[in-house]
Amino acid sequence: MAAPILRRGFPGGRWALVWIHGGCRHRNGAPTGPTHGSTRGRSSVAQQSLQTAQKPRKGEHKWETVVGLEVHAQISSNSKLFSGSKVCFAAPPNSLVSFFDASLPGTLPVLNRRCVEAAVMTGLALNCRINKKSLFDRKHYFYADLPAGYQITQQRLPIAAQGSLKYSICTGQRRSQMVTKTVRIKQIQLEQDSGKSLHDDLRCQTLVDLNRAGVGLLEVVLEPDLCCGEEAATVVRELQLILQALGASQANMAEGQLRVDANISVHHPGEPLGVRTEVKNLNSIRFLAKAIDYEIQRQISELENGGEILNETRSFDHKLGCTVPMRDKEGEQDYRFMPEPNLPPLVLYDTSCLPAGADPQQVINIDRIRDSLPELPSVTRDRLVGEYGMLPEHSFVLLNEVGLLEFFQNVMKETRAEPKKVTNWVLNTFLGYLKQQNLAVSESPVTPSALAELLNLLDRKVISSSAAKQRA
Amino acid sequence: MLARTVRVRLRAPLGRLREFASKADPWAKAWGSSADGGQGQEAERASPRTRSTPAAPQEGGRVSAELIEHLQRLALVDFGSREAVARLEKAIAFADRLHAVDTDGVEPMASVLEDRCVYLRADNVGEGSCAEEVLQNSRHIVEEYFVAPPGNIPLPKLGKQDPFSHS
Repeated sequence: MAAPILRRGFPGGRWALVWIHGGCRHRNGAPTGPTHGSTRGRSSVAQQSLQTAQKPRKGEHKWETVVGLEVHAQISSNSKLFSGSKVCFAAPPNSLVSFFDASLPGTLPVLNRRCVEAAVMTGLALNCRINKKSLFDRKHYFYADLPAGYQITQQRLPIAAQGSLKYSICTGQRRSQMVTKTVRIKQIQLEQDSGKSLHDDLRCQTLVDLNRAGVGLLEVVLEPDLCCGEEAATVVRELQLILQALGASQANMAEGQLRVDANISVHHPGEPLGVRTEVKNLNSIRFLAKAIDYEIQRQISELENGGEILNETRSFDHKLGCTVPMRDKEGEQDYRFMPEPNLPPLVLYDTSCLPAGADPQQVINIDRIRDSLPELPSVTRDRLVGEYGMLPEHSFVLLNEVGLLEFFQNVMKETRAEPKKVTNWVLNTFLGYLKQQNLAVSESPVTPSALAELLNLLDRKVISSSAAKQRA
Repeated sequence: MLARTVRVRLRAPLGRLREFASKADPWAKAWGSSADGGQGQEAERASPRTRSTPAAPQEGGRVSAELIEHLQRLALVDFGSREAVARLEKAIAFADRLHAVDTDGVEPMASVLEDRCVYLRADNVGEGSCAEEVLQNSRHIVEEYFVAPPGNIPLPKLGKQDPFSHS
């Protein structure tokens, strides 16, 4: 039976499945829990080497961990959220900045229709209630990359709220059971991105590029239903796939299009929640999992040694594999939220309440967007399992690897071989080969037609299996 | 310390000032603890009690030095003189008169433009590409980047500097 293979050492950190060993209870003294169910090929958290050596002490206390995520996804649009500047990843510094983005006096925000549509699509895909009326607010704080001194966001009444996201993890002794869990979505809101700061420590200055200032972001706030790094990684991966399927965001973490902040706390079962810390600046799924697991262990050790947890913001040093306190964050922030006076409420409609004779450009119909939603990853997976009789795990791998699903479907089109055989070849031999050569599917020297032909020959028993493998 | 106490007492006879941030405050309800009273009189913004702030003004409407210090930090405004603080207290009292209106069961308005929906702009690029103009406002630029200090420069701590040193 084919087991999913993961690319080793790839910073993007693709997660096919999550293996969890008996839940997320962390034991005193022996750091067990999610790390010891790591998937094959993934480098493990530093603590893992300890756990095989230590045995749990007598009278140990169990800890419960609480992890909440805040995900910021850059909306895939031509222009920014409130201005007509272009949205583009690499461009000469400050070349995509309008007077509004630079926060020059006398400029006003003008809402981008495409960003609203992206938010509605995401809300619908995550089973949220879409608020027909939502409001914009100002969140004040001072930083060089926020020229206005405030960020326009939707704190009070966001565009979507109270949804859910299903994800699957593998549990059990032999990691063979797939369990579906749900994380609740608290809200989805539209907000502005800030500019980019480049720290020049040599000359003791910060260089500010406002190209990114004002780009539309979708903030997805998840309820703290998660309990470890691997659950968080799976959820983020699933969210990434959904956003990419919708076209709402390219959600590429390496390019900063998807940013995740994690809030972590630990407590004993039955006791109230512990003090939480926030971990920011995580730019890959792999680091997200590592950082969360490290922070959980750090908090447990700290509390067990009689220390206390400070409510602080930390960042993850991936070279050292640990979280460190972030400078420049002085205690609790008071954001002084106030309504954005320059923007009236955002009103959305559905078919039953469309205003007659309204300009279609000015009206967004939720039902119309719902009807035009593309196929979501979970539906695609179910379809693959139904159509080709493959195991659910296989469908996960097919979707997780960029371009692999398309490759597979192209091979299926041109071959008469059995789906199960094709699946086996694509997932094991082909993918294994790519991993070995460290290639992406798009860089593959083997085309779908070539593989299809090969499989046809194999099917007709013209060549033997080992010969076929060699040829590939 | 004595000077500060004297100043605090001087504020008392500024007239009957009602308690700030009373329970009927609708903004407090909307945002929980981190709400804004929305006074527009001065450039300075006052915010009612938040999780870690000093207490709101007591009966008599006096604004404590601690709260002034906190507000100065938050809004980066300089309450340079007693008169400025007095003005603040007057502004709070002025706004408090809104409580005379019975708003039970009435939804607070977000904007006076609520009868119309926000304008939706088509997703086209029409601005930007004016780096030179945008950078013109900055005295120091480095290779088309704005220049800022390495991080937020924290204000001097409470106690080290008299908040009214230049009044």
